[in-house]
Amino acid sequence: MKATISDSLEESKYKKVTDLNPEEEIAPGSALCAGCGGLEGMRLAMKVLGENTLTCNAAGCFTLISVYPFTPLKGSWLYTTMSGPVPAAQGVRDALDIRMQKHGLPKAEDLQVIVVAGDGSTNDMGLSPTSAAIHRNLDFIYFCYDNEAYGNTGFQHSGASPLGSYTMTSPNTPEHPAGSEQTKKDLFGIWMAHNPPYLATVSPREPIDLSNKFKKAKGMKGPRLFICLSPCPTGWGFDPKDTHLIAKLAVDTGIFPIKEFVDGKVIHTKRPRKRLPVEKYLERQKRFQHLFAPKRRDDIIAQIQSNVDAYWEQYDE
Amino acid sequence: MELTRNKQIMLTGNKAAAWGARLAGVDYVPAFPITPQTEIVETLAQWFADGHMHGKYTNMDSEHSMFMAAGAAAASGVRVFTASSSQGILYGLEALHTIAGWRVPLVLVNVSRALATPITLEPDHNDVLSLRDTGIIQLHAETAQEVLDYILMAYRIAEDPEVCLPVLVNLDGFYLSFTREPVVLPDEAEVREFLPLFKPSQPVFQASEPMARASAVFGGGNYSYFKIQHHLAAQNVVNVYQKITQEFGERFGRFYDAVERYRLDDAEYVFVMSNSFATKGKAAVQHLRKNGIKAGLLKLSLLRPFPSQIIADALAHRPKVAVIDQNLAPGMGGILYPEILKAVYRREDRPQHLLSVIGGLGGRDIQEGDFISILQRLDEAPGDDPLFLFDEKDLKQFDQLRQIAGFPREARIP
Repeated sequence: MKATISDSLEESKYKKVTDLNPEEEIAPGSALCAGCGGLEGMRLAMKVLGENTLTCNAAGCFTLISVYPFTPLKGSWLYTTMSGPVPAAQGVRDALDIRMQKHGLPKAEDLQVIVVAGDGSTNDMGLSPTSAAIHRNLDFIYFCYDNEAYGNTGFQHSGASPLGSYTMTSPNTPEHPAGSEQTKKDLFGIWMAHNPPYLATVSPREPIDLSNKFKKAKGMKGPRLFICLSPCPTGWGFDPKDTHLIAKLAVDTGIFPIKEFVDGKVIHTKRPRKRLPVEKYLERQKRFQHLFAPKRRDDIIAQIQSNVDAYWEQYDE
Repeated sequence: MELTRNKQIMLTGNKAAAWGARLAGVDYVPAFPITPQTEIVETLAQWFADGHMHGKYTNMDSEHSMFMAAGAAAASGVRVFTASSSQGILYGLEALHTIAGWRVPLVLVNVSRALATPITLEPDHNDVLSLRDTGIIQLHAETAQEVLDYILMAYRIAEDPEVCLPVLVNLDGFYLSFTREPVVLPDEAEVREFLPLFKPSQPVFQASEPMARASAVFGGGNYSYFKIQHHLAAQNVVNVYQKITQEFGERFGRFYDAVERYRLDDAEYVFVMSNSFATKGKAAVQHLRKNGIKAGLLKLSLLRPFPSQIIADALAHRPKVAVIDQNLAPGMGGILYPEILKAVYRREDRPQHLLSVIGGLGGRDIQEGDFISILQRLDEAPGDDPLFLFDEKDLKQFDQLRQIAGFPREARIP
């Protein structure tokens, strides 16, 4: 049975960009920044998920998607609190199930419940409610736009901020030349430990990979979790036109592994054939400029490189 | 248990709350345990599990999550009940402000328990009064019967198109939550006539009705619009409550008002109280009356919205009034005292003396001697300083405890 489903999925896979749904579920025009990588990721995701959706949102950049009295979404939207979107998703899911089972709500009225939250809330105060919801096997999709800091408040350090990055609350100083001295929290590993039916990382620069992953997830039940790399022109310090280049370098240097966890296995769906040196990615962003000037910090760059190499060594063929 | 018409049984305050939810035909209970509330959600978990209740019971991971789930479910078209207490209310405070602003109808029970620090178990009202400014409607119950009846009426209030707000029913931990009292269980069919199954008066989430709710608002003027709407909806409850309690009384024979006027008509001394300790106050009134002292009691039931005019009317021409706050705002005093003061301020017929009393903190008993000392203070033409119900006996007990632990010095009166 499983093989049949995989086979049919294989046949219906998106192969090129022109295969993607030409309909937009998010209309252009919102208060989000120009060049926001996360919004591009969500736009692609929603093309797959369609309009019968309800998005529960955590406090963060994407709260600005719907500013009264406007919404660019075809589906429904509920702003919640910073740590509350997942329990709100639980309430909506439970309510719709009750109405279908007990009160005769037609199946056609059902909604796919989606959580949209940034890396700040996801890694920090939203982690415990999410852990509980995965444990309860809540039927929902989690879309984390990961710009590696608290972006909406002006770019402060979060659990996802990488080693060597400058944020407003991890500034680089002579005493602390790296800026952030912590490495990025392994959210994928934390979520994976809950053994959800589906878990993946996606990049707006890999629309086919992203779309196929959402398509796969759409056909499944239970918690389906996504971490979307969200190059952030304002926080990371690059020209908005370069979002795709930054996103590409994140993958090509191996810094942001594109992968999925399904049936108990991790599969890298976009494995860089030959990894570029990490500095190719770092040097283009203002948040890493202190690693190159006024004095080049080879020690910190080497540490970042060695962390990336150590990650990939686990998966060497 | 099979329900028969208007059966009277012995129930704890907590069991009465659970029966209220069951008779209300609740669809959904997101839950999290906390003493002294846990008996309510345990009872409901059992009833969902054994088929006495239909819908879903979900074990949540915190009160914050629980209130978010409750609000979101109410916004999605089901009848929701939940319960908490004390620290749980505080942990969920952000969510409670949030879902009140969502303008969703649901009912929650708070079983009052004093707040940390120090952590303790017995009741006072600092927990529920921390929700004073959320815009959640509050009904405070004295008896197990009131708990049940208020829950049924609370759904009518919450779901009224003029209101659309969460309603909280408060009962005291231990003194009421774990005390068994005779309770008339109304017939389920009759309850259904009073409270039909949930038909939302606002749009709810479903595929055919896409909508954005709780979107961000910019500009103080735009924000004010929503807040003032919320205020007006809460104020509507004063009239809606009178209509609903009248209908409830005609159907079930138990009549309620926003306040209870206990032997007020000729009273020279009035105790203003709420919740289970009002029973102690009524007993004191009876005793004082036997001794020729004209005492009376005003019990506050509807606390939000604050029925200022009803309270001012009830206290009109009463010479000496003591507001007994079972709570403390350190650096300010009792929380309800200034609200009562505000209610009567503009009235020519206001009481001559209004005394602020702080008592019953952390479940500290209020006994006959305390009521006597309140009368004495009222006769002294009191100022604004509160009278604390904490005496030599309390201090002696405190000292004895410390001596057992080997403390060298005696505690000083605070």
